[in-house]
Amino acid sequence: MSALTASQTPAGTLPKKRSRFWAKMRKNPAALLGGALVLFFVIVAVMAPLMPIVDPTATDWLAVRQAPSAAHPFGTDEIGRDVLSRMIWGAQASLLAGVVSVAIAVCLGVPLGVAAGYMGGWTDAVISRVTEALLAAPFLILAIALAAFLGPNLTNAMIAIGVSAMPIFIRLSRAQTMSVMTEDYVESARAVGLKPLVLVRRYILPNIFPPLLVQATLTIATAIIAEASLSFLGLGQQPPAPSWGSMLNVAKNFLEQAPWMALYPGAAIFLVVLGFNLLGDGLRDALDPRDH
Amino acid sequence: MLAFIGRRILIAIPTIILISVFVFTLQHLLPGDPILVLAGEERDPEVLEFLREKYRLNDPIPVQYLAWVGNALQGDLGISLRTNQPVLELIGEKLPVTLQLATMALIIAMVIGIPAGVLSAYKKGTWIDWVANIVALSGLSVPNFWLGIMMILLVSVQLGWLPASGYQPFADDPLQSIKTMLMPAFVLGTAIAATLMRHTRSAMLSVLKSDYIRTARAKGLAERVVLVKHALRNALVPIVTVTTLIFGELLAGAVLTEQIFTIPGFGKLVVDAVFNRDYAVVQGIVLCTGIAFIFMNLLADVAQRILNPRMRDK
Repeated sequence: MSALTASQTPAGTLPKKRSRFWAKMRKNPAALLGGALVLFFVIVAVMAPLMPIVDPTATDWLAVRQAPSAAHPFGTDEIGRDVLSRMIWGAQASLLAGVVSVAIAVCLGVPLGVAAGYMGGWTDAVISRVTEALLAAPFLILAIALAAFLGPNLTNAMIAIGVSAMPIFIRLSRAQTMSVMTEDYVESARAVGLKPLVLVRRYILPNIFPPLLVQATLTIATAIIAEASLSFLGLGQQPPAPSWGSMLNVAKNFLEQAPWMALYPGAAIFLVVLGFNLLGDGLRDALDPRDH
Repeated sequence: MLAFIGRRILIAIPTIILISVFVFTLQHLLPGDPILVLAGEERDPEVLEFLREKYRLNDPIPVQYLAWVGNALQGDLGISLRTNQPVLELIGEKLPVTLQLATMALIIAMVIGIPAGVLSAYKKGTWIDWVANIVALSGLSVPNFWLGIMMILLVSVQLGWLPASGYQPFADDPLQSIKTMLMPAFVLGTAIAATLMRHTRSAMLSVLKSDYIRTARAKGLAERVVLVKHALRNALVPIVTVTTLIFGELLAGAVLTEQIFTIPGFGKLVVDAVFNRDYAVVQGIVLCTGIAFIFMNLLADVAQRILNPRMRDK
């Protein structure tokens, strides 16, 4: 997506902008830590099939609820499956849910928001009312309701989370579009008769991209927690497929006998969400036009 | 002011209509005949025919919708398949439990979040600010159901200080009720404390830069008076606007918190309803939270105008 900004920004200003961005990011240890955490989990998720680990669904009735040891660094669960291996595969479900649901929210929300901001009038009124109605159902309640009616599985959880995250992107891209529309260069582009779609692609999207990127990064964090919450409630990833949330759901029944079952998956959710939050905050600081 | 409230209510009406359309559409997302959803286990043809008549299921969809809304307006949101109670009654029964949890969580969040935000803005750039920010971001990043599990492990299993679950109605034994609710409320309050802290901090930062703060300091007022009477009072205005955000967080958080600590509230009701395929209850809850949310929005707008006289002329 950064290629889009690069090719669409007026030539000459870009290298300077980009180096300023990197200079700011480099000076921000929190953002770097966030980036490192995100990168670590992405690598783990992508490399999961190549790692020399045991099958995450293989049960071993002779090794039920074993404490962490050399053979099972994070212990085993209630039917003898390796917790570490399940966590590594669980990273896939979590990151996939985070990225896919935010992609759904962006792909639906940004066009609607830009249309509302660009066209105004009736279009804006209708889209804004629909957004308000969607916003009126709290994120998780809406996701629970959708998961309940669509059926509980990871795909529907992602759709539910994506739809409930959509209003944020409608609002943001609408407000940003409206502010870009008042700029002189957009007005002159309209005056010379540029077609709306060309105008949106060439002038509006590149300009609203930075705040959208920040919001998307922060929303991935929320979406990962939402997926974990739905899976924890039994409405997301279905057993025996591994997911951090569903691991915690089972773990809460064995707190006294096997606390490690609850400790590690939760810590993983915490770290990956913290990573996206730190990265998002860092991006916001680095991309803030007011500081230029 | 009255005109303003009236206008806000008028704007809310289309939103409420849209929410009702959305909630109504939910039942059509289900595969199969909606009558089976309404009737549950009931397969007696006469009963099915009665329900079909009542909900106008033989009529076109817009008529069905109007019939549904008509019933809803009279407080009839359907019957719970599981308990055979009217949905509205069921919600009313569970609501006080969640309200107690949410109120306690909000108090904890405000006691932690607002002073932390003020202090961190006042000491901007120092290690205090740094620590406060890290703690707040961690509070936002930790899934509250995991925090709950870890708290049970530490406070109940290891230390044996507080009960791990259970619920005591407030009216029966207030002290015991607060004691059993303390840990869930703390768990629910952490994320809200973090949200409050971040908003208080940024609001305070912009207020502290303003001229009247400089004037107040130049007058020789004590720093504490400047901070609390002059700065925090004005910083509270933008904090009020996040009320609705916090309301959403409280509700969603309550669903998970009640699940972990087995508290028989609103959140447990919706989760149980999902698993029992008690669709009327799920619909009723989405409708009620939606309307409550719009009402909170309205309250926040009104409160903001009362707190900030400058907005009244606009």
